[in-house]
Amino acid sequence: MQKKDVPQDVGLNKGLTEITYAVDEDGSYVQVPSLGWEPKNIANQQAWGLIRKEITLAIEQIRAGERSPIAYHMARNLMTVGLLASYAGVSRWRVRRHLKPAGFSRLDRSMLERYANVFGISPDALQKIPDDLEASFDED
Amino acid sequence: MRTDTDIKIPFTHRQAAHCESGVASNLFSHYGLTLSEPLAFGIGSGLFFGYFPFVRLNNLPLTTFRTSNGRIIGKVASRLNVKIKWEKFRNPQSAMAALDRKLDQQTPVGCRTGAYWLTYFPRRYRFHFNMHNLIAYGRRNGDYLISDPVFPDPVTCPEEDLRKARFAHGPLAPKGKMYYVTSVPAVIDLNSAIVTGIKAVCNVMTRAPVRLIGVKGIRYLAGKVAHWPRKLGEEKAALNLGQLIRMQEEIGTGGAGFRFLYAAFLQESAAILDDNRLLVLSHKMTEIGDRWRDFALIGSRICKNRASQTETYPALADILRDCSLQEEMLFKELRAVVS
Repeated sequence: MQKKDVPQDVGLNKGLTEITYAVDEDGSYVQVPSLGWEPKNIANQQAWGLIRKEITLAIEQIRAGERSPIAYHMARNLMTVGLLASYAGVSRWRVRRHLKPAGFSRLDRSMLERYANVFGISPDALQKIPDDLEASFDED
Repeated sequence: MRTDTDIKIPFTHRQAAHCESGVASNLFSHYGLTLSEPLAFGIGSGLFFGYFPFVRLNNLPLTTFRTSNGRIIGKVASRLNVKIKWEKFRNPQSAMAALDRKLDQQTPVGCRTGAYWLTYFPRRYRFHFNMHNLIAYGRRNGDYLISDPVFPDPVTCPEEDLRKARFAHGPLAPKGKMYYVTSVPAVIDLNSAIVTGIKAVCNVMTRAPVRLIGVKGIRYLAGKVAHWPRKLGEEKAALNLGQLIRMQEEIGTGGAGFRFLYAAFLQESAAILDDNRLLVLSHKMTEIGDRWRDFALIGSRICKNRASQTETYPALADILRDCSLQEEMLFKELRAVVS
């Protein structure tokens, strides 16, 4: 890649430059800061589009009474049942149970705190889910 | 017990393309062993290719263009005779206390972290990815001063974030791993370190006994890519492709899945070893890198449904086969040059 061809397509990294290696006019390799590249931005958007879909689905299922609010926070934090179980120090099958409204309603304060700590929120916030995935989710 | 005094080790931060070679370069340079990022990457034999469909990342097959985490630093250190102490911890408190003790002794410390918990990253880069390296070089008001090689400037990181990041869960959990330099030799043999580093990469790229690794791995992946739409359906095929592009181009590769970084290494080595043949191979490596960039470009158009008639999965597979063939020839020539 030539220095003059180093792409500067601003995308998801919001003006943060990263280093690419490219060849200058004399044929020598130099470090060139890049603001991003469109193919990368596309691939990154694709990954986040998928995450967004999962969060939206979780919100719908919670409202329909199929899953507990933990499903929302789990999706919001890009976690799977396995990863959440590992962070909370709870077995997978118990996490699966707590993902159901009935299992969730039986949780005591200390278990709620445990989940809340993993997500970095208060136990009260754990109960709440937004009406809609906030617009800001796509922005920062 | 944690001390709350501020401390700032005079540490020179230089931005790098890749976190691990950047950490190696900055950390060694701190001890007077000035080493550019490409040299650290090449001596550490960082270049690699592996397609591991049985390892799942975000539920998609893992493709990697670099060696496993910690190997670059380990290899550079052993090839230059630099002594490094590695420590691993069971619990976060003792891990942070050990970090504080080293900082109090004016020792910059490399840490392995999970990027998800590092809030100084833009959110778009915060995935559960446990292979990020950074250097802690001080403390201020309870925050840590961090030289993160992929950032233009040093950053600060709250204690809680760093603690969580060092004890991230999931695949390849860092388990609080930290490392620091304990001794640097008075003289180093750069030439033989470069030769050893090159030979190791040639071996793994052309002589790996399994078909998922090296140039054989690229060819194997080509065969898979061609059939993705038929086997997985368009949607899933596009996701697989998107992940592949991200592994190749996402922050920390220097472009083209580290191929440009390696070309820069070959160029620097040509001057050090005074061998013009390496310069020629550096140019060839650049051309191969450009082919990988074509792959990402066309692939991304397919992901976005903007591809032309000729831009198809089989066409992508042809590019991969071409990369595989070119790299095979390059590494064979390269081996001949250094042996």
